[in-house]
This record gives sequence, C-alpha cells and structure tokens, in this order.
Amino acid sequence: MYVADSRASTPTASVEGTARRSRAGRYRTTIAPTVLALGTVSLITDVSSEMVTAVLPLYLVTGLGLSPLGFGLLDGVYNGFSALVRLAGGHLADRGDGRHKWVAGLGYGISAACKPLLLLAHTLTPIGLILAADRTGKGLRTAPRDALISLSSTPETRGRAFGVHRAMDTAGALLGPLAAFLILRATVDGYDAVFTVSFCVAVLGVLVLVLFVPGGSARGPGAGSVPVPVPVPVPVSVPGGSTSAPESPQRPTLRAALGLLGRRDLRRITICALLLGLATVSDSFVYLLLQHRLGVPDRWFALLPLGTAAAFLLLALPLGRLADRVGRRRVFVAGHGALLLAYALLLTSWHGPALPYAVLLLHGGFYAATDGVLMAAASENVPERLRSSGLAVVQTGQALARFVCSLGFGAAWTLWGDRTALLTATVVLAACAAFSAVSLRPARPAKERLAT
Amino acid sequence: MTVRNRVLVLLAAVLALAVVAVASILHASARADRRNETQPGGPKVTSGPVTLTTPGRMVFRNMAWGPHRDELTTVPASAPAGPRVASGVKCLRFYAAAGTGVCLQSVHGPVADTYRALILDTHLKETAHYDVPGIPSRARVSPTGHFAAWTAFVGGDSYAGTNFSTRAAIVDVRTGKLIPSLEAFRIVKNGHRYHSADANFWGVTFTSDDNTFYATLATKGRTYLVQGDLRTRTVTTLHENVECPSLSPDGTRIAYKKRVKGLPKDAPWHLYVLNLRTMRETPLSEPRSVDDQAAWQNNHTLVYALPGDYGADLYELPADGTGKPRRISTAAVSPAFVE
Repeated sequence: MYVADSRASTPTASVEGTARRSRAGRYRTTIAPTVLALGTVSLITDVSSEMVTAVLPLYLVTGLGLSPLGFGLLDGVYNGFSALVRLAGGHLADRGDGRHKWVAGLGYGISAACKPLLLLAHTLTPIGLILAADRTGKGLRTAPRDALISLSSTPETRGRAFGVHRAMDTAGALLGPLAAFLILRATVDGYDAVFTVSFCVAVLGVLVLVLFVPGGSARGPGAGSVPVPVPVPVPVSVPGGSTSAPESPQRPTLRAALGLLGRRDLRRITICALLLGLATVSDSFVYLLLQHRLGVPDRWFALLPLGTAAAFLLLALPLGRLADRVGRRRVFVAGHGALLLAYALLLTSWHGPALPYAVLLLHGGFYAATDGVLMAAASENVPERLRSSGLAVVQTGQALARFVCSLGFGAAWTLWGDRTALLTATVVLAACAAFSAVSLRPARPAKERLAT
Repeated sequence: MTVRNRVLVLLAAVLALAVVAVASILHASARADRRNETQPGGPKVTSGPVTLTTPGRMVFRNMAWGPHRDELTTVPASAPAGPRVASGVKCLRFYAAAGTGVCLQSVHGPVADTYRALILDTHLKETAHYDVPGIPSRARVSPTGHFAAWTAFVGGDSYAGTNFSTRAAIVDVRTGKLIPSLEAFRIVKNGHRYHSADANFWGVTFTSDDNTFYATLATKGRTYLVQGDLRTRTVTTLHENVECPSLSPDGTRIAYKKRVKGLPKDAPWHLYVLNLRTMRETPLSEPRSVDDQAAWQNNHTLVYALPGDYGADLYELPADGTGKPRRISTAAVSPAFVE
C-alpha cells in the first residue's frame, strides 16, 4: 500500500530479508499495509462472490425454473482440477519477481468477469461452466495471495497478519448475503441487479489490488532484486534461456516446488496437515450432524454456516496473535483439539439448548486456529522464492485430504449411520492430532530459521 | 503513480461503478411498478370469495400482472380461460382437496426470506403453519383432506453453492403431527433394507386410505417410485426413473415425469403414465419437457404447467397417450380441482 511505497528507499514490508529490520522498530506492533490492502481486496471480493452464492439456488429455481438437483455432479470432478489450478497458480507466481500480484490479480479478474456472464446464461451447462471458471479464479489466486501476506509481514507477526486477513475475508462473506437480500427486497426478481452489483463490487476488488498492493514494479528500487541468500537444499534444475526472471539466478521450477517436500520441517507440517485433513469432516456434514443429532430446527439450518463464520471472524485475529506468541504449530494442533471437542459434543446424548452454539463456536474456533495459522507456520519453512508454490503444495494436500475425508465420511454414514461415522472420525482425528502434537513439537524456539 | 493519483483513480472508479450498480437496482425495482399494472389482453381478475368446496372449480396461483398477482384465484373448471376471482391469499405453490388447502409462501424477514407452509380451511383461513427449510417446490393434500405434504429445495453451503438436496414433509392435518423429513423413514429397495446418506425425497402423492402415499426417492444418481406407509414409517421402491408422481383419482395409475435419454440436461423429462397393476408405462403426447407434478382433473385428463410469458401457463392432456396438449390458461400455476 502507499505507506510501503512512500518509504520506497527503505522498504519495510515487501521482502522478508528487509522486513527483519522491523524487529528493532515499531513495525512489530502494526499490520503491514500490504496485508491490510489484501484483506480489503478479499473482503470486497467475498462480498461479491457470496452475493451470488446466496441467491443462486433461488435464482435457479424461481428465476429460471430449473431443477437444481444433480447440479453438484460437477463438484467431484472439479475438485481434482481445482487442486491442479492451485498448484499452477502457486508455481506461476514464483516465476519471477512481482508475479504474485499479477497472478493473484488474474485470479480475481477471472472471477469478476464471470459475474456479468451469469446474466447471459439461462441453462445449467453454461451456468456450471461459469461457476467452474469462477472457482478456477479462486484456485489461481489463493496461493499467491497468501504468499504476498507472508512476504510482506515480519516473521514475528505473521500469525497476526494472516489473522487480520482471514477476519476481513470472513467479514466479507458475512456481508455478501446481506447485500444480496437487501437488493432482492428492493426489487422484483432483481437477480440481474444482484449479478450486476456483484460484478461492480468484484471490479472494485481487482482495482484495489492493482492500485494498492505492491507488485514487482511498485517495489522500491533494489527491494525486488535482493538476492536470496538461502540456497535451496534440493537440486534445482536450471533450464536454459530463462527470460522471465533474469534477476533470479535459479528459476523456480515445479520440481523445485515439489522438492520442497524434501525439507524436513515442511514435510512434517504437510504430512500433519494431510493427516488432520483426512479426519476433518466437511462443513455440510457438520451442519447435517447438528441437525440430526442435536435436533436443530429446519428454520435455523440455513443460518448454521453464519454461526461458524461469526466465530471465525471474531477469533481469527486473537488466535493469530496467540500463534505468534506461543507457536503456530501449537495453535494449529490446538485448533484440531477444538474440532475434536466439537465432535465429542455432537456424540454426547446430552441435549442442552446451548450445545449447538458451543459446537459452532468450536467449529469457527477451529478455522481461526488452523486456516491462516497453517499458512503462517508453513511460511517458516519455505524459502521466499518458492513461497507461493510451497504454500500451494500445503494447501492442495490439505484440500485433497479433506475431499477424501468427505467421500469416506459419506460412505461411512451410509454404511453404519451418523453416530458410528462420527465416532470413527473422532478416533481418527484424536490419533492424528496426537501424532501431530508430537511431530510438530517445537524443538527449537519458534524463530525464523530460514532467513538467517 | 503517486498516492494521490491512486486514490483519485479509485474514487473515480467507485463513482462509475456505483452509477452502474444503482442504475441496475433502479431498473430492477421499476419492474415492481410494471408488474402491478394489469397487462393488456390478460385475464380479468376481480376480488371475491374463494372457497375450497365449491364443486366444478379450479383453484390456482394467478401469475397475471396486476394487483392480484400471486394470489389464489378461482375459475370454473369448464371455462378456465374466463374471468378470475382472487382471494387475497398469496402463495408460491398450492394444492387442495376435500376442503383442505396447503399454501407454500415466502415470509420477508430482516436478513433473508424464509418459507412456510400454511394449512387452509375451506374459506382459506389459516389453521396451522409450519416452517419450510428451503425454496418450496411441490405441494399435495390427500383426497381425504387429512394429510398435506410439501417438498423444498435445501441449498448447499459449499463455496459455489452447487450442492442441493430436497426435503419432503408430511403433516397430519387433524392432529398437527409433522414428519419433517421422509429421510427418517425406513427404505426397502428391491426387497432389502437400504441405507444411504444421499437419499432425497420429493413429490408426495396420497391414496385415499389415509396411510399409503407415493413419492420419488433419489439416491446414487437414480430415481425411484416408492410406495410409502405412514403407520410403519417405511418406503418401498416399485419402479425406476419416476419423478413427481401424481396418483389418479381412482388410484390405479401414476402420472409422472420420466428422464428420457438424449434430451438436454436441464429439460430432460417427458410425461408418462404408469399403470400400477400391470406396471406398464404409457408415454403421453406432450413433446416438450415438463417439470411439474401433474394434477388429475378427472380419471382421464391431466393438467400441468409449462413456462410461459408471465411465468407459467396451464395445459391439459388426455392421460392415455392420445390427443394433443391444449393450453387452457395463461399466467397460472399450481392448479387444484375442488369438488
């Protein structure tokens, strides 16, 4: 953002190597402007995308008269593709200085462009394709965005930076549906207005990114081309004729990104994220369980995700700060403890009126303690020039593990019923959490080891 | 670019985007005024009493523009295109039998719309209401007037919200006892007890014994006609590829929409009639895809809705596969023939 820019001669918040300077200064207590800018972009973009998500079922059924059943068929196939897009986004962003911003911008741009297309599509196939493109944009931008957040904050405050970003992101997700329904209320069948406003909001998000998030060209002279002193401890292939990043002696390759898993620290946290992901029951199952086991009335069903989001919003920053203080890995594992507790509450036969609230609070707390915190923790173990690819590898591993868990949990529910399925998930989660607690135990002080 | 210029660019963009956004909202809200004006050449609608026990009447949701849009209206079943009498009761979906009506309507809340099902007496007075967990889809009342059923689409909560399920509920109108979801029933598929988390039900239709009903069961990408038993809380599969069954007044046949190979993904259904004794399927002579739970006007004639200029139009068709569809009413949906 402009603060970083106006101090271009002494860049404070752009590159890790220089950000360490802040240890002596006041930047320890502030959030990097880039993080605030990215948080704003995410907030605005989430308002835009959640507006569409909130009205889509209504639009399909009452606006277009389509039957939405079987619409989810795309999901299974798409999950695999989405993982590849994420890896590609991470990899592209690392190929040259300042690309993070532009790859993220491309992702935001694709999603924005999808909104007006919804006005033109009136049958299921094009709508499905538009939604797929929308999520391609999301997959593309996630890793570069998280890399920018981690690169523009000091190692000591990274947990907090991610906390701020996730809180802003979730705030947007809560505001979006509200905006959409206000528009529907003010109009008659105003789906066209919802899509148009959503598009305008999305364009604003892209614009904030372009104008206020420093990219390669926006960085101060010298800052972008600081040679990275850390040699990557895996062989990195150097293809000849590297034109895109002449200032970088070793062009980051896909092999180098995957080779990151040769690093013990990153491998450990990736394996733990993967194992824990295998026992993380997807949100929709958690809400179904709440309804099945705790008897949450139908009319509250649609509001359950809001409960999780509200808890996530409130806890993201405090837990991010806590992670900076007591260790990110510890908070990451503890977050899964919260999820374990939520499962346990769902398993009890005690049906107190406060129980659904407690489960939602724990569920939101789980996200607050794991989502951004994992990225902050993984950032410690990924060299700066592979930051985006490295984070993408961790995210993809986690996402695929959760997808496998969804399939398995659905099958277990079908075979054995909800209680046994949940009991199994609880046992697996407890085992994985115990393994992770041991495996991720801080052997050394939680200090930035990489840039030393 | 200097900070000042960036802020100026941003402000200019915000202004331009705001103009587009506001214009689109104004455009969409002006629609409200247009729709409250009676369309030229549309059906004549006047206020008046509507009852569910006047013989020879068709009661339905009026979709014609004007002050009575979305209200329950009635016409003589013998002259469905004639002047309509509007009740003042607004419904999205409706059905009635033996003096009992079920009306699925939306309730405007502060944050979002919610939906509910009203049970109506013969004078359209509300006797009970129940929460409906999603967008209303199908409504039915048993021929005895003792049971009512409805189906709703429940939206997914994933990022792009593309996972949907249905929830079918049945209520005993006499006692008020509600079965919120048929998913609680035991499923017997091909003679065996069947479990699946992905079981979805929709399109309930009742027999006149106050115990048996038929509905659609969807699981693993296939649909089935199931026969349900309210006392034993069991559903049993009878036939594959049946959606939105509608039982004939004599209880011998089921009219339904069948997914036909080779049709587009979003208009895949043709109307069929299944003989419950012989289990023989008869294709009906409607060439278009129909997405409705048809209503039987009598033992020989079906009435159903197809998309029209003002939402939907009603068509009638012989139930034996002969004849041709005939449009009987424009700007109308959810017909019920009362006696």
